[in-house]
Amino acid sequence: MGSIIGTMGCSSSVADRRSENVIRAAILIQKWYRFTMARLEMRRRYSLSIFQSIEYADEQDQLQLSNFFTFMLDHCNHPDSVSQIFTSPGAPQVVDEDLCLKEFEKKIDVPDSYSGPRLSFPLTVEDANALLHAFRNEQLLHARYVLQLLSETRRVLKEMPNITHLSTSYSKDITVCGDLHGNLDDLLLIFYKNGLPSEQNRYVFNGDFVDRGKNSMEIVIILFAFLLIYPNDLHLNRGNHEDYIMNLRYGFTKEVSKKYKDHWKQILCLLRDVFSWLPLATIIDSKVLILHGGISDTTDLDFLNALERNKLKSLMRPPKSVRDRQDQTKKRIPTSKPSKHIANQHVAGKTQHISSSGLTEPSGSNSPPDPALKEWKQILDILWSDPRSQNGCTPNKSRGGGCYFGPDVTAKLFKRYNLKMLIRSHEFKPEGYEISHDGKVITIFSASNYYEEGSNRGAYIKLNPELTPRFVQYQVSKLTRRQNLRERVGTIESSALKSLREKIYAHRSELTSAFAQYDVNGTGRISVNDWAAAMESVLQLELPWRMLRSQLAQMNPDGEVDFMSCFYDLKMDQPIKEAQPALAETLCRYRKDLEIIFNIIDKDHSGLISLEEFSQTWRLFTSHLGIDVQDDSIDKLVLSIDYNKDGHIDFNEFLEAFHVVHRLEKKATS
Amino acid sequence: MAEKEEKGEDGLVAEIEKKITEAFEVFDRESNKTVDVREIGCIVRSLGCFPNEAEVQELIEKMEVEEPGGFVHLEKFLPVVTKVLLDRRFRPIPEDVILHAFEALDENKRGYITKEDLVKYLTEEGEPFNQEEMEDMLAIALDPETDTLLYRDYRKKLVVDETKTFPYNV
Repeated sequence: MGSIIGTMGCSSSVADRRSENVIRAAILIQKWYRFTMARLEMRRRYSLSIFQSIEYADEQDQLQLSNFFTFMLDHCNHPDSVSQIFTSPGAPQVVDEDLCLKEFEKKIDVPDSYSGPRLSFPLTVEDANALLHAFRNEQLLHARYVLQLLSETRRVLKEMPNITHLSTSYSKDITVCGDLHGNLDDLLLIFYKNGLPSEQNRYVFNGDFVDRGKNSMEIVIILFAFLLIYPNDLHLNRGNHEDYIMNLRYGFTKEVSKKYKDHWKQILCLLRDVFSWLPLATIIDSKVLILHGGISDTTDLDFLNALERNKLKSLMRPPKSVRDRQDQTKKRIPTSKPSKHIANQHVAGKTQHISSSGLTEPSGSNSPPDPALKEWKQILDILWSDPRSQNGCTPNKSRGGGCYFGPDVTAKLFKRYNLKMLIRSHEFKPEGYEISHDGKVITIFSASNYYEEGSNRGAYIKLNPELTPRFVQYQVSKLTRRQNLRERVGTIESSALKSLREKIYAHRSELTSAFAQYDVNGTGRISVNDWAAAMESVLQLELPWRMLRSQLAQMNPDGEVDFMSCFYDLKMDQPIKEAQPALAETLCRYRKDLEIIFNIIDKDHSGLISLEEFSQTWRLFTSHLGIDVQDDSIDKLVLSIDYNKDGHIDFNEFLEAFHVVHRLEKKATS
Repeated sequence: MAEKEEKGEDGLVAEIEKKITEAFEVFDRESNKTVDVREIGCIVRSLGCFPNEAEVQELIEKMEVEEPGGFVHLEKFLPVVTKVLLDRRFRPIPEDVILHAFEALDENKRGYITKEDLVKYLTEEGEPFNQEEMEDMLAIALDPETDTLLYRDYRKKLVVDETKTFPYNV
């Protein structure tokens, strides 16, 4: 291969030729470098798309689960036991409203051997500093102090209005932080860079303090401690994860029960109540509205300010009138044994959508408007919605709850309430913040490395008295050596592909039959186009399948995809002999849902449920989903996992068996 | 016969269009069939094209962006880029060519280029790198021990990564 650096005319000197060559070489290297970087950027972007689309699909599943709870209430043979699902997350002894500091002190002993911080109420800055110090050193706060702190927090929150009004007139800046999701390092970094909360340094934390990360408990403790010390200077808004049913799925419940083995029931029960007392929004100088999700075309701040916010312990539990309506829809879908095969069976209610904008009273219905319904709709919209650049207000299809609101919806609300800016959180942003709707709407997201180490920066906003926002970005790094861009993308990509492969495996039989429909001659190979169409239709994820194909499935020299190759790398963790493949797949796919349901049934949180409870729940669940699984197959399976034959099942251990693992863990970076 | 060929052609165009749409949608943050005009170069390059900056600008002009720094709609993007791929414009260069380019900057054929020379050539000549691009490149490219670019190793590192993800050709 010859050089592309061509020869120059004879008349030019050697020096000229040299410089000409250098320029050409430079151009080529620049071109090549930009080409390489563009492709790296593409990999980074599609990895984030994978993470986000899987996250939102999971949220849809979670919202759908609320339909199942309703279904359970209506179909369970023992309604008394099931109705308790909604009264208590497994804590029969409700913490008494009046149980005060003294009583916790009497009831719960703190041993001398406890070396963590000891709080005394009312709290002071010293207490807060002691907490920060202890959490930096991975110490736990003793359950007595946690309970005292929570009951004090509830007392203080109860005094607060639904919408907090602040003024910048006597303060310099106000700092607004978005989702933290249990990433304590981010909160500590914000305090380090921006200073601790105080009368001179005011903060608004805009919801989603908990779930997903490892230190939700510590974050909640720190935020509540500062709230008690500076109730006028630190403000908290409720997020969609300050909800006990969400916490069952996304990790906070588990975290609390692991950290507080003796008192977690009481702690969770109090937290459920505390969360319901969190204010819904903050308004600064009557101009800047701060709330977690967004708005809809029906958002009514006066109404939101007047309702009893603590009535809604969980948005995952729609009021009865919505459930009735959804039931009517469901009745048209046969729920028992509709088909012989598990494949191609979609969740019966999958297309149903929980939102206010898509939700109108059923036509012809004469029922009077339900006030509980309106309250639920109003709060659901402000905690779950996302902005979009198109005008209008439409159902939030990717999340399955809340709505998408356009610039016109924002403009209308601003006009009505004379606002000039909306600060919201709720959405992952690679840079930690994003500005939309012509600068009227700001998204702030404070959890860095949210999907994976290096996936994104976190940010917070500083609002000065002129209400001009200034953004501060940061990224916590746990690694001693800073990864370069190429390594970072490699890490993010392999982690994203791992999640995607698990999703693929959980839909194995559905995908296989979809592929087979294209494989008319039974060669085991289909075109890339057909392969992409099958992936898209079964998984319901809008992803660049043609681009991802090389990472997911093998292709023969003729350009056809060997479709079974996308399952080669994966297997079930500890396959249980008694579980037929179809049954195992169903268990794998709905593992998270089942875990939540079993946790709710397991009222004493022993981790055990009876064989009868298991079978009954399983039948209801599969019938709700419209899946036909032979009753005797699950019975056999259930008997086989009752290892000590005492009539109880350890469901965590059971579900753990239906975990997808990767045969060949690819290295994160090449 | 002619009809059949026609169909084949249509099939190819349809397949190329799908591929382009997918790449476009990765950058379409709000799922409203638009992308920021600054992302156009990145999308075109990720489709296996090898244009220089001037050529990217030329493509953008054909896409009739309504306002400078605005957004490009898929409808405008698709025909322009489909034509590029069908005409096989901006083909990537063979791997050894880039090696020759680095050699051309290595006047004394020592197998490396000093940081100073690299910065000078790439930020002053051709289509100069901006500061961010230069810093990004140096962060990966420089050998931390000697502060020089050992270009044979560097090229290999990047190429290995590439072929795994983007083996497809149009």
